[in-house]
Amino acid sequence: MYEFVTGPLAWITFLVFFLGIIWRVVWYVRGLSWQLDRVAYGYHRSYGVRGALRSIFYWLVPYGTHGWRYHWGFTVLVFTFHIGLLLTPLFLRAHNVLWMERWGFQLPSLPEALTDFLTILVLAAALGILMRRFVRPEVRILTTLYDIVMIAIAVAPFVTGFVAYRHWGDYNFWLIAHILSGEIWLMAIPFTKLSHFVLFFLSRAQLGMDYGIKRGGMKNKGLVW
Amino acid sequence: MPEGTLCNKKTVDTKEYLQALLADKSGKVYYEEMNHLDVNCDALWQLIQKTCKSRLRTWLEICAHCGMCAESCFYYLANNKDPRQVPSYKIQSTLGELIRRKGQVDNAFMQMCMDTAFSKCTCCTRCGVYCPFGIDMGIMFSYLRGLLFSQGFTPWEMKIGTGMHRVYRAQMDVTTEDWVETCEWMAEEWEDDYPGLEIPVDKEDADIIYTVNAREPKHYPEDLAEAAVLFHLAGENWTVPSEGWEETSLAMFAGDWAACKMQVESVYDAMHRLRPKRMVVTECGHAYRATVIEGPYWAGIPSGQTPVESLHYVEWVAEALRTGKIKIDPAKKIKEPVTYQDSCNYIRNAGLKDVAREIMSYIAEDFREMSPNKEHNFCCGGGGGLNGIGRYRQQRNIGMKVKRDQILATGAKLVIAPCHNCWDAIRDLEEVYRVGIRWSFLKPLLINMAVVPEHLLPEE
Repeated sequence: MYEFVTGPLAWITFLVFFLGIIWRVVWYVRGLSWQLDRVAYGYHRSYGVRGALRSIFYWLVPYGTHGWRYHWGFTVLVFTFHIGLLLTPLFLRAHNVLWMERWGFQLPSLPEALTDFLTILVLAAALGILMRRFVRPEVRILTTLYDIVMIAIAVAPFVTGFVAYRHWGDYNFWLIAHILSGEIWLMAIPFTKLSHFVLFFLSRAQLGMDYGIKRGGMKNKGLVW
Repeated sequence: MPEGTLCNKKTVDTKEYLQALLADKSGKVYYEEMNHLDVNCDALWQLIQKTCKSRLRTWLEICAHCGMCAESCFYYLANNKDPRQVPSYKIQSTLGELIRRKGQVDNAFMQMCMDTAFSKCTCCTRCGVYCPFGIDMGIMFSYLRGLLFSQGFTPWEMKIGTGMHRVYRAQMDVTTEDWVETCEWMAEEWEDDYPGLEIPVDKEDADIIYTVNAREPKHYPEDLAEAAVLFHLAGENWTVPSEGWEETSLAMFAGDWAACKMQVESVYDAMHRLRPKRMVVTECGHAYRATVIEGPYWAGIPSGQTPVESLHYVEWVAEALRTGKIKIDPAKKIKEPVTYQDSCNYIRNAGLKDVAREIMSYIAEDFREMSPNKEHNFCCGGGGGLNGIGRYRQQRNIGMKVKRDQILATGAKLVIAPCHNCWDAIRDLEEVYRVGIRWSFLKPLLINMAVVPEHLLPEE
């Protein structure tokens, strides 16, 4: 089982993930139309690029926009969740050991106490996000089972990884569960709302170009997000 | 079921049809016929497949259901934070659902979409500015209105509006003769006070071509005279066109994209014919948005820009004040607290917030910003055609509470609103809520404050 999930299934996972992401990007960009969208994307390229970069940048900064500042508590949850989610798998010592073994290179490793802490933060933030879905009426009306499943897919690698690392229970079971849940997570990205992994950037860029070219960006410093 | 004589999928291209619609008081027969209007599901789905591309589809798909759009929407706030007014909920339950069902929907669903698209959204696009993914629900509701129009599910007054643009190339039944006569009449009336005042028609190679909202010649011709006086005081070399003089677009509110194209092309034709250096648009927000911002795309112009540079009235005023073409008598500046309505169509959606502040710095001594303001200001409550739709008057009146409270919070009793829809909405909110405010366009205020150059004074 271990050989399968770290061998062929891992290959399939990365293939699906990378090809899927590329497909998403290509599909999005090819589906833009200056006439239907009513934005002269190619004609005013520098204004478009400036608008796109501003649109992405301010939303990547905690409290960088009116929206983040208004929902200041939710902002804490969202940034904590995402920063932990992205940093931990990339800079985890346990993962780097595997990369080194398999491919002969590795990324820098964060201290284990820190990655433990980040994992807890991710789980706490996910819990906060989940609770918010039930407690806030304006979120409850939008929430579906799909949203819960998304959170489950995103946190499963963290729960299973944390348990496996500590050798709680049956190590082999939790290890396989961790690897499988990570693979499910990666393969889900191109096909579900997790595609915001790339579509956040593309969608924000598009709106940024819209405001940057058409809705005022050529007449002033740009929309204050 | 055969379509109704008034409510159907046809466009209003004749005077007869237009008059028949107008004669139906409050659209009583029209809405009754709408209850029996079939949905052509195949045509609807084909139209969606042709026009709904990756931008819209992505918006609908990646919505994280986070609810951050809720408090960005004035309808949500005005309706006591009713969750059914959350922008994401509104668009997902209409356009989102329409696409999920591949157009297989019935009359009741389409009417629900119409009610949502016209009475729960003014397309002010404030929600798009507050969404982390940049999902612009205002744009999507405008798109939905287009789908609804193709199937005949359009509010009565909006259907009439599209007919006006198709038949008269103006939002009201003002012919070229009416227009030119009104210009001549206003120049005559005001000439005594402003000797040499004229409203040149069809002057070629002028610096400025001036275009208006049809309600000005039809109902408030003084506005035309005021514009003429201000150009006169500023020494502008200007003209109006005899055709292509109207730049509003009820067709845009209705989602009649073909009529939108016809309307803006009439203005662009005037630009080609008369070769002005620039166009100045009257104090109307959606007119500027339609003719200057969206229009070039309807007309297929790849640069997305009008044939000649086009200015909203506030841009011309700011320039005139800045360059000293119009000088303000300091004794006549506005001394009382005054606030400014940031209309969605030329502020958030066209970037002219600083121009407005520049004007205020010249004319007001106690300018109070609303909160929030500039590109984050709220819709007046009456945009997107809503002011004129009788069927949704109640919803509009409720929506206006947000603007009412914003104005009251500034402590100002005077609101400057260089936009016809905002002006109407603020007038109506005073009528409904009686909070003791006044509202004004820029023109009458400027006329009161402007110093008349010596050589233009009447002989004593």
